[in-house]
Amino acid sequence: MLLTSSLADASRLQFALTAMYHWLFVPLTLGLGILIAIFETKYYRCGDESWKKLTRFWSRIFAINFACGVATGIILEFEFGTNWSNYSWFVGDIFGAPLAIEGIFAFFLESTFFAVMYFGWDKVSKGFHLLSTWLTAIGANLSAYWILTANGWMQNPVGVEFNPLTARNEMVDFWSIVFSPTTLSKFSHSVMSGFLVAAIVVIAISCWYLKKQRNREFSLRSIKYATVFGLFAIFMLMVTGHTSAVTVTRTQPMKLAAMEGLYRGENGTPFVGFAVLNPKKTYDNDENPYLFNISFPKVLSFIANGDFNSFVPGISDIIEGGYKYKDANGEEKTALSFQEKVDRGNMARRALSLYAQYKDDPDTAKRNQILSQAKVYLDENFEYFGYGYLKNPEDSIPNVPVTFYSFRIMVMLGGYFILFLIVCWWLMKKKILEKKKWFIFFAILSVPLVYICAEAGWVVAEVGRQPWTIQDLLPIGASVSGVSSSNVWTTFIIFAVLFTTLLIAELKIAFNQIKKGPDGIKWN
Amino acid sequence: MEVGKTLWLIILIKLAIIFLILRVFFFRPELSRYDTDAEKAEHVIENLTKQP
Ligand code: HEM
Repeated sequence: MLLTSSLADASRLQFALTAMYHWLFVPLTLGLGILIAIFETKYYRCGDESWKKLTRFWSRIFAINFACGVATGIILEFEFGTNWSNYSWFVGDIFGAPLAIEGIFAFFLESTFFAVMYFGWDKVSKGFHLLSTWLTAIGANLSAYWILTANGWMQNPVGVEFNPLTARNEMVDFWSIVFSPTTLSKFSHSVMSGFLVAAIVVIAISCWYLKKQRNREFSLRSIKYATVFGLFAIFMLMVTGHTSAVTVTRTQPMKLAAMEGLYRGENGTPFVGFAVLNPKKTYDNDENPYLFNISFPKVLSFIANGDFNSFVPGISDIIEGGYKYKDANGEEKTALSFQEKVDRGNMARRALSLYAQYKDDPDTAKRNQILSQAKVYLDENFEYFGYGYLKNPEDSIPNVPVTFYSFRIMVMLGGYFILFLIVCWWLMKKKILEKKKWFIFFAILSVPLVYICAEAGWVVAEVGRQPWTIQDLLPIGASVSGVSSSNVWTTFIIFAVLFTTLLIAELKIAFNQIKKGPDGIKWN
Repeated sequence: MEVGKTLWLIILIKLAIIFLILRVFFFRPELSRYDTDAEKAEHVIENLTKQP
């Protein structure tokens, strides 16, 4: 069946909507869980009831977010099976294993201990309650690890062997998948973004209390801890953001080039701090890529390769090939051009066709001869399999403006949060935070900003890797199922309504509880 | 209504929508119409090799 691009577009739009909504709920769960566990540890150690009140209040905000967010990720798994069936089959057990482990963590560990954490106050011992809180928080972060293992594999498909008889990838090295550099950098960066979200939300709500001149002690204590937690998170975000960029350089050079709006690399490539992209620029014309730009000489080369004079390929370089680069194992290679990759992808696809055609041939000798020849072709060319579906060089370029500007939004907001948290820490130290009305304004404004920042990160990661569902192995067009696009649009609308309702419910209940505050809630 | 109860209600309604409506009427795995893995593989291989 020939698959239309409108179906692919509808399916990817639906997936983007679901994933972005899902990510509205996840980061707060990841970070606030840990922060609450730290608060409760304080309570466990000193037995002071005010720590208990603090823990219980933030647990309530956690619970509201958890209840609205839990299971929204399941829909993504449904979408794999229905809209992306070729892809789901092709990934084989690579997805099944991490997602099954994720299911166990999410449903058993996280949900069970969450129930104890929320309902178990004064019903179980203090020690067991504390353990449950820590296990809920750790369980949430571990389940994120497994999801990100699956995502990391799509961006950097390691540890597998393709079986042409079944058209599935089979896992040959579980640990190289679980500990691939892509997974590790994704996990650490995403979790730290969750920590930052939690810190900002706690600071903002506490600042609102200070503005209303209520719950003073509670708020100042929450801000103090959240600020240190946030400073740790933003520092780690810079470190892991850097390791993410290094990994992207090795495994997804086209994504890096799109992040930078870089068309022609050089030895000592500058890093673009800010720029306005030239809409007329294409990979094959001589237009200047930027209408305006502020760049730092040689910095991109240093970020990407740890060497100020190294070469970083741009979009046109990647399409033309011929430059030297180091692969993921550090081996020096000459880059293939787009056309060479397409030719090798076509060879791999032809080899797969030969398998399909001759695997049941009754003539054993002929079958064995053709299949062994096909196997050689497939093994030699499989790493470019997906290029066999691409026609024009443009097909291999992601949306540059979306990737470029999203990356700048994330990094610039990262800069804003460093400043914000340092100022917060300083005002706390000087004990003048409550008097600074402007700071309270910025604290509240920071809540939407931190969510925009985290969403922008995912836009960079996912738009930047287009057209691939699995890097170099399977493009979008070859991944979708033969479902009708009207079906996809119907579910798109259902999701939009369902998720928006959930979001409104979460915000309404959360605002209500925040208004009541830690003193207004009756703790049974 | 007490918050705990509201949250349970949200979770239950959501799970009902996800599993009883979306799963049953809209999200039938495409390959579930085939009985065996061999048939599923054949279908996917056809999609992967026949595309232009
Ligand atoms: C401060 C400097 C930062 C740098 C250098 C940086 C770098 C990066 C890079 C290179 C990626 C793409 C990784 C990939 O495609 O595999 C990424 C993704 C992402 N970023 Fe950032 N980032 C920074 C700050 C932040 C901040 C402040 C947040 C959130 C509050 C954030 C949240 C995310 C998220 C959620 C993703 C998607 C998940 C992932 O791919 O790791 N980033 N970041």
